[in-house]
Amino acid sequence: MELPKNWRLRKQRYSMVGEICEKCGARIFPPRDVCPECSKPAATPYTFSGKGTVYSYATVFQAPKGFEEYVPYTVAMVKLEEGPMVAAQLTDVDHDEVKIGMPVEMVTRKLYEEGEEGLIVYGYKFRPRIHKSN
Amino acid sequence: MREVAIIGIGQTKVGEHWEKSLRQLAAEAILAAIKDAKIERVDLLYVGNMLSGEVADQEHLGAAVADFAGLRTVEAYKIEAACASGAAALRQGYIAVAGGLADFVVVCGVEKVTDAPNPDVLAALALATDGEYERAHGLSLIALNAIIMRRYMHEYGYKQADFAAFSVNAHRNAVNNPYAMFRRPITEEAFAKARMVVEPINLLDSAPVADGAAALVLCPLVMAKDFTSKPVRIAASAAATDALALHDRKDLLFLEAACLSAKKAYELAGIGPQDVDFFELTDASTVMAALSLEAAGFAERGEGVRLAMEGEITLEGRIPISTMGGLKARGHPIGATGIYQAVEAVIQLRHEAGENQVRDAHWGLIQNIGGTGGTAITHILEGPD
Repeated sequence: MELPKNWRLRKQRYSMVGEICEKCGARIFPPRDVCPECSKPAATPYTFSGKGTVYSYATVFQAPKGFEEYVPYTVAMVKLEEGPMVAAQLTDVDHDEVKIGMPVEMVTRKLYEEGEEGLIVYGYKFRPRIHKSN
Repeated sequence: MREVAIIGIGQTKVGEHWEKSLRQLAAEAILAAIKDAKIERVDLLYVGNMLSGEVADQEHLGAAVADFAGLRTVEAYKIEAACASGAAALRQGYIAVAGGLADFVVVCGVEKVTDAPNPDVLAALALATDGEYERAHGLSLIALNAIIMRRYMHEYGYKQADFAAFSVNAHRNAVNNPYAMFRRPITEEAFAKARMVVEPINLLDSAPVADGAAALVLCPLVMAKDFTSKPVRIAASAAATDALALHDRKDLLFLEAACLSAKKAYELAGIGPQDVDFFELTDASTVMAALSLEAAGFAERGEGVRLAMEGEITLEGRIPISTMGGLKARGHPIGATGIYQAVEAVIQLRHEAGENQVRDAHWGLIQNIGGTGGTAITHILEGPD
């Protein structure tokens, strides 16, 4: 059912491709072909490093349909090094070890499954940064 | 532009209406409002609703509701703006009457959620978020509220328990509201012990989603006196949007759309926050109540929670909020909430709120927020006295 939608988002989900505004230099994610800062057209692709810090987070105990089996899981607002925020799940970390300001990096993980015979949807999550120098 | 008045109100109890369908609930509220207004003609019907298609298996709500409310042949549409659908319907009704295209307009808000299991309703409610960049990553509306709350606590140095004052106030006020879902007080101890839904938001931080319907009858102010001795004037109607996704906001701890629509409303009404007698805000979670107080000019940034802790939001306080229970204790019938807020404000301005009457209430501010702040609609109502 959702095949075209997930296919369309592949560059964003797998490699965090956004855009850069040629006018004001803003780095844009998610891409939208218009700069949220200066409202000018902005369609030049820009690949983000996938590195950032945790701006805020929350741990889900009561999940919406499709995510019940992953409870508890931690969702976060990650401030990317290049400027924008991105909402995503944290992975490879216990929820009580998460802290605001924690350095994290993007990894590719399963987001959810559409039932036994449906799609398995992959995308970005963030884990604590493994190499401090990165 | 014509001045617009509210001359009739109707509401059903908020809760689990197992025996009633969406259109039956809507009809009940509409018939009560028409009876209250004593009108004999309806020119236009707007139905504020968010999830009829997703959860109650019914779209084409205009015709569906009009028929069951005895208004067959009347022009009718559904208006949707997530949790702000109710106020969006009110604003469309206001525009129609003010613009002279209709004299007698019924605006109804209705939601029927108990036909679906809770995880389905949570997923449906998450349709108010960004589908590709929030919902697909397992973020619900409550999760986004929890992210805001965690940062708010971090930024301004509050503890989770400090937010209890909002829920304690809402529940205390709901006791005297026969239409409220939870008519019992809660204590700070109960708040501290409540189980986490999405940490740091616990069960008593977040408003319960429920069934309900409420309705208003609008007409030109000059005609209102023929129908009621207590017409309530819509002194201002204003709306604004912000980025749909929380991550796209310039500042996650500030409700830009709420601020803009409030400012515009104050301008239109010619009053300021100091003149407002009570404020029905969108306390979908306690932190949203705090941010609403800040956006509408009742508290400096980071001081919204302090205002609640100091008792200034109670019926006797500087700015009473959730005077009939708010979303937290009256209940949150999503697309109907904005109309419940207006109905309750009319009751206050008619001085018919009984035990919960805000003394000398003359100016009521109501603000309905959709999603995490993507839509904000503010109305200012002026009482007859």
